[in-house]
Amino acid sequence: MQLIYELSVPGRRGIKLPASDVPSAAVLPEELLRREQAGLAEVSELDLVRHFTNLSRRNFSVDTNFYPLGSCTMKYNAKVLENAAALFAPFHPMTALLPGGADFCQGTLGMLYDLGQLLADITGMDEVTTQPLAGAQGEMTGIMLIAAYHASRGNKAKKKYVVVPDSSHGTNPASAAIVGYEIITVPTAPYGDMDLELFKKAMSDEVAAVMMTCPNTLGLFNPHIKEISDIAHSHDALMYYDGANLNAIMGKVKPGDVGFDVIHVNLHKTFGTPHGGGGPGSGPVGVKKALIPFLPQPRIVMDDDGKLLLETANKGSIGRTANFFGNFGVMAKAYAYIIMLGREGLIQVSEQAVLNANYIKEKLKPYYDLPYDMTCMHECVFSASKQLEHGVHAIDIAKFLIDKGYHPPTVYFPMIVKEAIMIEPTETESKATMDAFIAVMIEAAQAAISNPRALHDAPLTMPISRLDETKAAREQNVCCSG
Amino acid sequence: MSDSHYCPHTPEEIAAMLAAIGVAGIEELFSPIPAELRAKSFNLPAGMSEFETYARMQAIAADNTQGMTNFIGGGFYDHIIPSVVDHLSGRSEFYTAYTPYQPECSQGTLQALFEYQTAICRLTGLDVSNASLYDGGTACAEAAMMALRVTGRNKIVVDGCVSPFSRQVLKTYLFNLDVEVIEIAPQKGQLDRGALASLLDDSVAAVLLQNPNFFGTVEDFTTLADQVHDAGALLIGSVYPIALGILKSPGEVGIDIAVGDGQSLGNPLSFGGPSFGFIAAKKTLIRNMPGRIVGETVDRNGTRGYVLTLQAREQHIKRHKATSNICSNQGLCALRGLIFLSSVGKEGLADLARLNRDKAEYAKAQLTSIPGVAVLQSAATFNEFTLYLSKNAAAVVGLLLDKGIAAGVPLGEYYEGAENCLVVTVTEKRTRKEIDLFARELEVALCN
Repeated sequence: MQLIYELSVPGRRGIKLPASDVPSAAVLPEELLRREQAGLAEVSELDLVRHFTNLSRRNFSVDTNFYPLGSCTMKYNAKVLENAAALFAPFHPMTALLPGGADFCQGTLGMLYDLGQLLADITGMDEVTTQPLAGAQGEMTGIMLIAAYHASRGNKAKKKYVVVPDSSHGTNPASAAIVGYEIITVPTAPYGDMDLELFKKAMSDEVAAVMMTCPNTLGLFNPHIKEISDIAHSHDALMYYDGANLNAIMGKVKPGDVGFDVIHVNLHKTFGTPHGGGGPGSGPVGVKKALIPFLPQPRIVMDDDGKLLLETANKGSIGRTANFFGNFGVMAKAYAYIIMLGREGLIQVSEQAVLNANYIKEKLKPYYDLPYDMTCMHECVFSASKQLEHGVHAIDIAKFLIDKGYHPPTVYFPMIVKEAIMIEPTETESKATMDAFIAVMIEAAQAAISNPRALHDAPLTMPISRLDETKAAREQNVCCSG
Repeated sequence: MSDSHYCPHTPEEIAAMLAAIGVAGIEELFSPIPAELRAKSFNLPAGMSEFETYARMQAIAADNTQGMTNFIGGGFYDHIIPSVVDHLSGRSEFYTAYTPYQPECSQGTLQALFEYQTAICRLTGLDVSNASLYDGGTACAEAAMMALRVTGRNKIVVDGCVSPFSRQVLKTYLFNLDVEVIEIAPQKGQLDRGALASLLDDSVAAVLLQNPNFFGTVEDFTTLADQVHDAGALLIGSVYPIALGILKSPGEVGIDIAVGDGQSLGNPLSFGGPSFGFIAAKKTLIRNMPGRIVGETVDRNGTRGYVLTLQAREQHIKRHKATSNICSNQGLCALRGLIFLSSVGKEGLADLARLNRDKAEYAKAQLTSIPGVAVLQSAATFNEFTLYLSKNAAAVVGLLLDKGIAAGVPLGEYYEGAENCLVVTVTEKRTRKEIDLFARELEVALCN
């Protein structure tokens, strides 16, 4: 397809601006002005509409295809959520920050406050900040809160390490490193969880935090989690919960009850807000009481009359992680999702997410190696090691699925599973959809033996075949010249 | 049966699936969770239909004061949004997709992001852009961390005229690191160039400036670039993309890394988000860029296509050695930015920028004709300027809020001794009538 810039014709206009009702101002001094106009597209509105409509048709999406991308929770995004978020489009965030301005924003501040309360109940935490803009920023914020906590106790110099299991998301060690910690990685035991003995050896009083995903990225719930948090706490290390897999456990177990001190929640995963082709996300952070003094500002608090206020005078706060109140539009969708589904609905979400994952796991087990063969939670991780004997890699199976109309599962993650294929169906998929997917996965496993070429050549039905990624990295052509 | 109609199974289907798994009931699937760890309470309210949900959300929105006339900015701006932006970004093939890890079935997102990167490069006059960051404040912080990596130094010098919110985000990002952040106190809403010169030495990784700055002042930093580079530091410029329709581009100024907030490019105010942050840099810095980058390549048949590239910088490959922890960016908001820029177009962006300035200059003339009102800065401004009032600005703002006018951002909370200063923003959406009314109400407020 042509680029929008290749459709451009000098002098063509896509939109008429509002007419001016004021005099023209004197021109700015020349040294302040750009020499030539920025080379933006010059296209008609119809050219523009066709271009982006046709581009959109080159995407797989939840609304068009089953999208069992493990770790990403690609559930259906209810349409009413889009309508709900649009209600808040006109509200300027600065209004709330003006002196007395909070009075004019009681609706939006109240919704953020209520969302915090709901998330606190779901996760077993005492207070939630909605400021972090995505899951990874939530992790970073959480680790900063932990750093501030240790510093407040005079332990800044002493606390040097953050412990993560080797099955963790890459964002966990990256977020801890950005806050200034060194990383200790603990290997996974054959039983699918962080090796408890090696964990004990890794722990010392110099550890600031232990970051866990529970259920972990193998889709397994760690039965030793309480013991792990007790050990961490005995070293004055705090427990960080990566909420990426919260979709599995709502109403079943609360991270705050099993020893976690800080948690982030990915609203775009568990709470049904769309992923947008890679964002916007939203990563509220929940904490236990001891960490409330360090929360980002402005902090939304309620006075005795039920009026919402912005607290900005707290000296202990880590400061600000975003310019305003976080990705409000995303939070409006998540809030609508939570109140719409309610208590029973959210429990059902987790139950059926787990049911669906176990169903796929059982059905595919005869055809694919299942390195950790036990009851999974919301996702299951296979290995293409059997297929590799025939020269077929996980990536080949992924590309074969594309030809059959399925977005592939996550492949090559977690890194501890060779040729990993990580499947997360989510609760919104029907049995019929999953049965059809299972049939195609079985077909892929059979083709790996009988006709590996069909897998190596895939995909053949897309606008493009496999791309030369080495060329992209070497040439670094990241912007259209001209 | 179903409490959530988004869970589609019938009881018969659930029974069939349980039988296939070989368990008696769903609860058995939760047996890996030890009984003593199970939730003891779960106190959420009961659910409701989408209609009742929407009505609740309408009631919440109605609790905010409606129809405020905005003369406030401070990083978010009340600009026009062409209808095509909502309609095209509202294609669910875009908004219900994920990060384009599988390029063959994600060319829509990938090509759009490549076009977005191109728009940002052309707007900023720089060589490379990533596929977006979270917002303007975090983009400042990411740029500073980029400079720390590139130079191996540990000091960031920041003009106090940079948005106080962005400065706070920067300090938060750096608070636990061995990095010194030095702020230069503003001089009448402008950079104190003498103070900057005295601070430049071989420990400075970067200088962070903003143009137009928080006071609305437009400055020419061209001569500063050489000074900063001579000290071996990088120059980071936070810019306002609408202003770049007419203002000198960061590339022309000699800025190494340009950042900014993309809200004004087709993203609604939405009480502060989502918007997106943009970051563009000179080509030599590409390997130190944070976040996703889309690159052009070819497929097996030589057909042009797009992929996520240079992923060896990123957290999912490099883990704790990554250039940043960022994973999700603000893809859909960046797409809105691209559609906005492509709709407004080359000439249109310049016209839009001039329209903003015309409105602001008109407002400046009307407001300064009021006794007790003067403009703080002597330098040029774009669509924001700072008034010096005869009274406390916060009090004046309070009086005008009650009249439905958000008069501006009082600076007392952000700058010492600036209690009487008010930053006024006038975008193309403000009519002459609204400006005139604002002037009348301001005069009344100052007389009382």
